[in-house]
Amino acid sequence: MNRFDYVRARTIAEAVAAATEPGAAYLAAGTNLLDLMKGGVTRPARLVDVTHLPDLDRIDRLPEGGFRVGALVRNSDLAYDTAFARAHPSVAEALLSGASAQLRNAATVAGNLMQRTRCPYFYDPASACNKRQPGAGCEAQGGETRLHAVLGWSEHCIATHPSDFCVPLVALDAAVEIAGKDGTREVPLEAFHRLPGDAPERETVLEAGELIVAVRLPAAAAAFSGHSRYLKIRDRTSYAFAVVSAAASLRLDQGRITEGRLALGGVALKPWRARAAEAVLYGAEPNEHIFRQAADAALAEAKPSGDNAFKIELARRLIVRTLTRAAAGTPERMPALPASAFEETLHA
Amino acid sequence: MEASSSLSLSLSVNGTRHDIALDDPRVTLLDLLRERLGLTGSKKGCDRGQCGACTVLVNGRRVNSCLSLAVSLDGAEITTIEGLAQGDALHPVQAAFIAHDGFQCGFCTPGQIMSAVGLIREGHAGDDPERVREAMSGNLCRCGAYIGITQAVLDAQAKMGTEQQGEAA
Amino acid sequence: MPDIATEQARHGSSIGQPLTRRDGFLKVTGGATFAADNRPEGMLHAVIAVSRIARGRVTHLDVAAAKAHPGVVDVMVPGNAPKLASDPDAKNDPFTFRLDLLQNDRVRYAHQPIAVVIAETLEAATEGAELLAPRYETEKPRIGLDTAEAHQPEAVGAGDKTAASKGDVEAGLKNAERRIEAVYETPAQYHNAMEPHAIVAQWDGDRLTVDTPSQGMAMATMRLAGLFGIDPKNILVRSPFLGGGFGSKGFLSGPQVLGVMAAKHVGRPVKLVLRREQMFGPVGHRAETRQTLRLGTDGSGALTALDHHTLTATSSFDDFYEPASALSRYLYKAPSLSTGHSGVRVDTGTPLFMRAPGEASGSAALEAAIDEMAEACGIDPLVFRQMNYAEAEPISERPFSSKALRECYEQGAARFGWDRRSPEPRSMSDGAGRLVGWGVGTALFPALMMQAEARAEIRADGSGTVAIGAHDMGQGAWTALAQIAADGLGIDLDRLDFQSGSSDLPNGGIAGGSAHTATAGSAIHSAAAAVLAQLSELATTDERSPLFGAGNAGVYAAGGRLIRRDDESRGESFSDILARAKKNSVSASGKGAPDPASRESYAMHAHGAVFAEVTVDPDLGQIRVTRLVGAFAAGRIVNPRLVTSQYYGGMIWGVSFALHENAVVDPRSGRVMNPNLGEYHVPVNADVPSIEAILVEEHDPHVNPLGIKGVGEIGITGTAGAIANAVYHATGVRVRKMPITLDKVLG
Repeated sequence: MNRFDYVRARTIAEAVAAATEPGAAYLAAGTNLLDLMKGGVTRPARLVDVTHLPDLDRIDRLPEGGFRVGALVRNSDLAYDTAFARAHPSVAEALLSGASAQLRNAATVAGNLMQRTRCPYFYDPASACNKRQPGAGCEAQGGETRLHAVLGWSEHCIATHPSDFCVPLVALDAAVEIAGKDGTREVPLEAFHRLPGDAPERETVLEAGELIVAVRLPAAAAAFSGHSRYLKIRDRTSYAFAVVSAAASLRLDQGRITEGRLALGGVALKPWRARAAEAVLYGAEPNEHIFRQAADAALAEAKPSGDNAFKIELARRLIVRTLTRAAAGTPERMPALPASAFEETLHA
Repeated sequence: MEASSSLSLSLSVNGTRHDIALDDPRVTLLDLLRERLGLTGSKKGCDRGQCGACTVLVNGRRVNSCLSLAVSLDGAEITTIEGLAQGDALHPVQAAFIAHDGFQCGFCTPGQIMSAVGLIREGHAGDDPERVREAMSGNLCRCGAYIGITQAVLDAQAKMGTEQQGEAA
Repeated sequence: MPDIATEQARHGSSIGQPLTRRDGFLKVTGGATFAADNRPEGMLHAVIAVSRIARGRVTHLDVAAAKAHPGVVDVMVPGNAPKLASDPDAKNDPFTFRLDLLQNDRVRYAHQPIAVVIAETLEAATEGAELLAPRYETEKPRIGLDTAEAHQPEAVGAGDKTAASKGDVEAGLKNAERRIEAVYETPAQYHNAMEPHAIVAQWDGDRLTVDTPSQGMAMATMRLAGLFGIDPKNILVRSPFLGGGFGSKGFLSGPQVLGVMAAKHVGRPVKLVLRREQMFGPVGHRAETRQTLRLGTDGSGALTALDHHTLTATSSFDDFYEPASALSRYLYKAPSLSTGHSGVRVDTGTPLFMRAPGEASGSAALEAAIDEMAEACGIDPLVFRQMNYAEAEPISERPFSSKALRECYEQGAARFGWDRRSPEPRSMSDGAGRLVGWGVGTALFPALMMQAEARAEIRADGSGTVAIGAHDMGQGAWTALAQIAADGLGIDLDRLDFQSGSSDLPNGGIAGGSAHTATAGSAIHSAAAAVLAQLSELATTDERSPLFGAGNAGVYAAGGRLIRRDDESRGESFSDILARAKKNSVSASGKGAPDPASRESYAMHAHGAVFAEVTVDPDLGQIRVTRLVGAFAAGRIVNPRLVTSQYYGGMIWGVSFALHENAVVDPRSGRVMNPNLGEYHVPVNADVPSIEAILVEEHDPHVNPLGIKGVGEIGITGTAGAIANAVYHATGVRVRKMPITLDKVLG
């Protein structure tokens, strides 16, 4: 790990000012940043510690409905916040399927959004990677690509975004509150992460010094609470990144889907909102047939980026299963194995 | 704003206050405990938050001390494996790990035990072995002592009379 | 050989008891001192820099940048490293492995040490190593089994024959009613003990003290003596606890020696601990295999031929070949049988012994092939195994010293409920729509004996000491060996001072080959017997003793007393015997070693049967091993609690082998792309919901005086194959390339 200046910010303005310098990075829990620094993947010259900023660890109900979740709220605190989890069960389920209990106890909401990809070539400083070094090339292509992207990738980058949390969030129209030197702004989460295109080094829309201060869920998102699930396929029963994951939320009225939301994880460099699939669901009867159509729509543009064609078919099946689970209703209690294929009952 | 020259921090470790003047901001909580405070019970298995051997309680919550920057934890209360037993009187989790043979080589054990203590305190798993397994999955054991670990957690929790709390959602 | 086992079962008090670990308190309180927990006065930290290329030369290291980093004391590179007394590339015997000790600028595998940075703090040493920013002259690496022409090794494993056969396999296959041929592949696996290799080295003139995890302290001492040209008597190796070894700490690795060199280089104590990613290169691994199995049966389902050939890889510069075909020499009856190995040289670190070396990989393939053959015959896979049961070792035709495999099959099947298995693939489900599969595998591991020495003593206060440089890597040596020692001396365990884990004690041999308890236990037993013989001599020849005239064979020891066999009411305490003889203590040494005559006459193996249930999501492919039942017969059980844990651990390694472990190597660079515990998967707690182990009774009068076989490795054998077979039974998909990941069963 390189030497760096450590700056402990007392106010958001202080933090933003300190982090606007080139080479500065924000430090929250550090569960991803320190990992990257230890691997020599990133070498920031300055760490601006935001963990002592006041009031960013609060979960607030907004007057107009909805939630405002402070940037420093810990993943586990959000997942176990009774009111929040009741309103947004798929978000809680996604949180609890991510990482380990220890990491969830430390990792923050904003840090989760800012997670870097687990692409092994990104993590290996000896490999060429356009994210780490723009223009260097992408050595993942032609290499070990089992878990790489099948949607939205480019010849410059085929990595995926590793977050579970972001997947239901993007399905539920979450927005990101950002503070910068010119005040605050709000960005839909769907627009927060960037697809690689020809600049995979630009992962989010954040400008230099900008700080995530909160994530907002609109009041309308709670309307899905009775039919919201997250399902994550992984290579271990627990404590593994997603091979593919899906978040599905439905509003049902008199046997019809009045609105459906669908997002995928592990398939692209951003949490992938499947709007084409949502269009298929609109007004339809919730059944396997329509779920298959939705799945086909969601994956219509998918193409393998290497030895990962299986992920396309897997994602299709996963969508059907997740929608089926969502249609069956949110369980009363969080499953023993959240978001797992091995929860108590299979609604198939 | 505090500049990097002032890397002083105050920590309570196992009930003892330490005022520490750090010469280097890179020091993790794990390395602070092991290399500077002489508390070598917490183990470094991966140094990347992937094995759980370094698990300690920070303000009562189990975290990976290898991924915590010490300087950031100014004011925190830390509990390590050395802070559990009262002399020869073992904490119920420690006793249960012995009784159920919840370890072999013992290297991951301090982390397993601190994780178990944190888990019981969290109160989300109840007496459901499947929930305990899930909640203990952040602690790898290469010897494969998982069966005993799960039994030990359930047994210790029962002995501690922890109220079983429901899940969120 | 006298049947001491029966004798002790009658009088013993410790052996056979499910005692908790005597080191338990230390281990649950953080008080157990592992190597990296030591901190001698004035200690510096050393961090190795490793190569990012797999083949070529290091052309530049920015030593100045590293040294300029505050806190960095020095950088050790080829050229300034301390001169060694012997060439680390010299190969004097098969068990001296070539080491990378900065002898030149050559790179022969990724993650090879290329420099060592020594600093006042760990942070400075770590960053110093990063700042070296090596430049290379890169050659195209040779990676994978198809990279080069295969050759026939001179020997495989620990000096096993490359090939062994009997009968005419080609004829056996030709004349078979049914035959199968299948190719199975297993990937490279890395030991990944939770404790990374670590060493704290201190020089005092030409005296050397090291704290380092070692499965063979005496061997480590000799290696250090040879490399540094010092008297082994001047070397102290301390290894009270290993944070797991699994074979990777059997031989002193290069990085451990570099820690000693670094201490010499700077003239201060040095601690060197491997980073996790550095465990993927210089400290051994299990090499990949490609195994071809050809089996034939007659009309009744009896094997007519079994051919097992393994292609595996070793490094470009040394020899270790995973002896995966060897198991087929011991397991199933067949009139014609052929086993062989070939190897290729690749640009990786040298493979090494890894828990059940050969047996694990070979069993995974053989047990799947047996399953395929059983299915081809339309015979239940358990029945097929019972039908082809070997009553004598198949190739050598020696009788088994003991073999309770039939009982393992029966007890395991009963416990598992095997008779409720429906034979068709995809025919069982869990009631929630998930596929369920049941599979079985036979477990086998040779019952080895090595060499060890021990010293025992009884003191005037009736207490005893047993000292042996044995190794506890989790198997429970501190407890099991102490139980043997207490029984051997005839004292209660709490009267025993058991000393272990240090090279200044009698040579305890090697903790490997599942032979440590048997070997060290035999040495202890022999030393204790010699002490008792002295006490008996003192008592039975002294007319003042109630034991007078009983003769040495006429007494036995228990509870700190010698007791007459012909009248158990007459005895005398050790204290009284020694007091009368005016002695403070009696002591003696003993040895444990294989008995050549019985080894010649008998085949010696532990056996078992493993039954696996997997649950598979029919659409999503995700697999979970929902139940494992293993029944094992391994001679005398010293401590059933510890033995059960060994079986559990072994079976979990089987889960890991079947479903998880896979070192992904990029053939372009030769680098392992998942050198971490986040993506080099081993099972987590949630992967192992239910395991049972049945300790099947077995008496073996031949294997060693105590009747002990090993238990540490057998659990991994049988299990991986049983799981693969269960996955097939669940899904109808036969995955012949491990690990069995969800994409391979999606269908």
